[in-house]
Amino acid sequence: MSEAQPNPAVQVRKRRGAELVLIVVALAVAVGAYAIVGITVTGKLSQQVLSYGAGLAILVGIAHVIVRIMTPYADPLLLPCVVFLNGLGLALIHRLDLTKIENARANGESLPRADAPLQLTWTAVGVAAFILVLLVIRDHRRLQRATYTALFAGVGLLLLPLVPGLGVRFQGAQIWIRFAGLSFQPGEIAKVCLIVFFAGYLVVKKDALALAGRRFIGIDLPRGRDLGPILSAWLISLAILVFQRDLGTALLFFGAFVVLLYVSTERPGWLFVGGGLFAGGAWFAYIAATSLHIPQFSHIANRINAWLHPFDPQYREGAYQIIQSLYGFAYGGLLGRGLGEGHPNLVPLAKSDFIIAAIGEELGLTGLMAILVLYGIIVERGLRTALVCRDHFGKLLATGVAAVFAIQVFVVVGGVTKLIPLTGLTTPFLSYGGSSLVANWALVALMLRISDQARRPATLPAAPTEDALTQVVVRR
Amino acid sequence: MNRPIRRIAVGFMVLFCALLANANYIQVFQAPELNARDGNRRVTLDEYARQRGPILVGGTQVAYSVKTNDNLIYLRKYRSPELYGHLTGYYSYIYGRSGIESDQNSVLSGTDDRLFVRRIVDLITNRQPQGGSVQLTINPDAQRAALKGLGDKRGSVVAIEPSTGKVLAMVSQPSYDPNKLSSHDSASITEAWKELTQNNPAEPMQNRATQRRYPPGSTFKLVTSAAALSTGRYRPDTVVPAPAVLDLPQTSRTMNNWQDGLCGSSAQITLSEALATSCNTAYADLGLKLGDKALRDQAEKFGFGTKFLPELGGVSSVFPDELDKPQTALSSIGQYDVAATPLQMAMVTAGIANGGKVMKPYIVGKVNGPDLQPLEITEPEVVSQAVSSSVASQLTQMMVDVVEGPNGTGKPVKIDGVQVAGKTGTAQTTPDRPPFAWFVSFAPADNPKVAVAVVIERADVGRNEISGGKLAAPIAKDVMEAVIGK
Repeated sequence: MSEAQPNPAVQVRKRRGAELVLIVVALAVAVGAYAIVGITVTGKLSQQVLSYGAGLAILVGIAHVIVRIMTPYADPLLLPCVVFLNGLGLALIHRLDLTKIENARANGESLPRADAPLQLTWTAVGVAAFILVLLVIRDHRRLQRATYTALFAGVGLLLLPLVPGLGVRFQGAQIWIRFAGLSFQPGEIAKVCLIVFFAGYLVVKKDALALAGRRFIGIDLPRGRDLGPILSAWLISLAILVFQRDLGTALLFFGAFVVLLYVSTERPGWLFVGGGLFAGGAWFAYIAATSLHIPQFSHIANRINAWLHPFDPQYREGAYQIIQSLYGFAYGGLLGRGLGEGHPNLVPLAKSDFIIAAIGEELGLTGLMAILVLYGIIVERGLRTALVCRDHFGKLLATGVAAVFAIQVFVVVGGVTKLIPLTGLTTPFLSYGGSSLVANWALVALMLRISDQARRPATLPAAPTEDALTQVVVRR
Repeated sequence: MNRPIRRIAVGFMVLFCALLANANYIQVFQAPELNARDGNRRVTLDEYARQRGPILVGGTQVAYSVKTNDNLIYLRKYRSPELYGHLTGYYSYIYGRSGIESDQNSVLSGTDDRLFVRRIVDLITNRQPQGGSVQLTINPDAQRAALKGLGDKRGSVVAIEPSTGKVLAMVSQPSYDPNKLSSHDSASITEAWKELTQNNPAEPMQNRATQRRYPPGSTFKLVTSAAALSTGRYRPDTVVPAPAVLDLPQTSRTMNNWQDGLCGSSAQITLSEALATSCNTAYADLGLKLGDKALRDQAEKFGFGTKFLPELGGVSSVFPDELDKPQTALSSIGQYDVAATPLQMAMVTAGIANGGKVMKPYIVGKVNGPDLQPLEITEPEVVSQAVSSSVASQLTQMMVDVVEGPNGTGKPVKIDGVQVAGKTGTAQTTPDRPPFAWFVSFAPADNPKVAVAVVIERADVGRNEISGGKLAAPIAKDVMEAVIGK
């Protein structure tokens, strides 16, 4: 079979130039922020600005060149958005490093390790993963063959932190592994695997799940025997909740699965079943903790109580993080204190789970809304890719990736702004954390790959081989 | 498959809109409430980063800020904390603020609305914003005299300028050192706080001058006298019954005089003599004739029932409601449930000194901006005309007799060449507890410059009326001398 040739009759603008301009803008903002925090916190321009800026520019430059070569038709907005978020996250982590070091110096303590250089290293690993995905996966449809491999890999990764000696408990959640001095969150990588599995599984089973069913008060409900997959997903999520105490990841997987179930079957009934199961699970967990005093669920009750009554002295300890976070947002106000001018270090976990609070404090409502809109653009471009994608697997995969970003951002930002109970999740690209960065860069690469195929002009049919008996008719 | 994707897109948009709306709510609408919450350290840290303005007494900064190298930047320091600790209050990043530090915080920290223009100028000229200064009305000589007189005895001294209500001296013992609570070392702050607040029967954090109510004892006879004279039926030379023992109506109990005998040479003495000898039976009988309502009205005109100096935690003094006859009799000599702060008794004295006009006490004389331009100068305010000026001068004469008369209980307060008006008091509490010694006075009697109230909690010398005079009067004398320059 010979390679399909692009149809010269259709001109599609690749927009790689626009992507480059936007990347330069994003880099300028990120490096500018890095320089500003140095000046405002320490009073002088940090010498690392040049090396940091050059490092980031080289990484992003390589990524851009690879995109030009490997996925020339890919969506031009995704990479600049990701560069902006990753770069700004680095600047904020650097800013928090500086305050920590200044404080230690003032108190005469030993100077703590700076996290920004490590995050820059992880960014390099993330970009490497991005490039690797683009180079290895020439066609996203090949991933469909790995459906069950992805399932086992995903579940295996999820179980990894429970292995004695390897897993580490931190802040009550057992979702970390420690290996060769580095801690890693395998759940983030599992996220990629499970999205591939969900898409691959549902693209096959969608008809069975969609066609049979019965109608109940205007809603098409699925048959009982078809409930198997969603129930398994629900049970797996509950298991994560109970054994790893990680509400955020559980919510993320279950939410993404329900979205994909709905999209693949086109039956809104699944949303109701999923919503019902979620509500039931949450209610059960709350009751289990408050009335039955089952210790495995106590952290959920704590989170809910801290959310409902943050200023109640009874829950003061559990609500400490969220209260500090709210103080940060309030202190930032409309325009923010300015980079380096606030006190984001007062919020626990400011570099990871609560980095959004640092943005709200120093860049204000304005900055926070800009960041949220950026995430909104990533999600929207992802769903747009899903819409124009020509194959069902690609559609589901793109929807899954977009859904993961959307749900993750909603859960973590909603949590730190007290819209919903707080759950521990990283803020994609902004938060400190290697596993999260690598996984998200890989997801973006996947998205670019699908979008390249989706936006690539329809190919001319390959020249029929001699023994072909059927004529291929191209419909335009 | 595209229709559900579009719907999902709308769904996600709704989620993002919820995030945006919630961020708006928190950062704009809820922000002022969150910023004002106790325990929000950001606002405190901001304050510490600015040079806080000083609190001044005379020309001396009794509270001031110095720059440090630690991350809280400015450290608050107090000069002569034993003298001014109760007035300045503390400024702690763990326990917040008290006293003037709390009341005048907006000016001292530079966040006051009146400093708005200056803050804008500071912002434009890139100058570090500064706080304004607060000038207290305290006379440092009088303050020192009060503390020296009180020594380590538990009690309080309050001196007021009768014509304005300016607080000239205010001392409460035991005191505490606000420097210990205002340091930047959280362990030592917590330690000091525990020591001061937990199981400390001396209650050193309490400003007894404004926050503690004592039975005023015989000093309350000034109020009873004022009520009697104001009726027009009594004059200082009106003869009143003063039996050795007074039967309390409706009970089987009786009331004695402190020396268990007649107050004078007979059971019929003048009102003036009754005050000079602090005759309990005469005043109890007088109180019964006037009735509890007249006493209560008179007390309230002097300020009972109203809070003064709330910036120093001031509480209102009490003349109880609904009294039966024996209770009225006891109340008219300042016993039963009558309770007054030292500040309140100083106000009664100052009111009499000021021709019956009670002035609202104040301690913040002037508030200056960082550029030393005055932002606010406190204007004297009248609380009420408690008694007419003629009754006031009759009372003044009676009080002069207390000090200068042949049988007067207030002799120890005599100042050479200056006429002093005064009244002793010894308030019984419970039999197992030593009584409180009181002394109130003002001077010079013809042109009063200062009115003083002194209370000592443990008058161990004896249970008689002289102890108030012996213990408390010399302190009042020293304070008055410090003010009038003798």
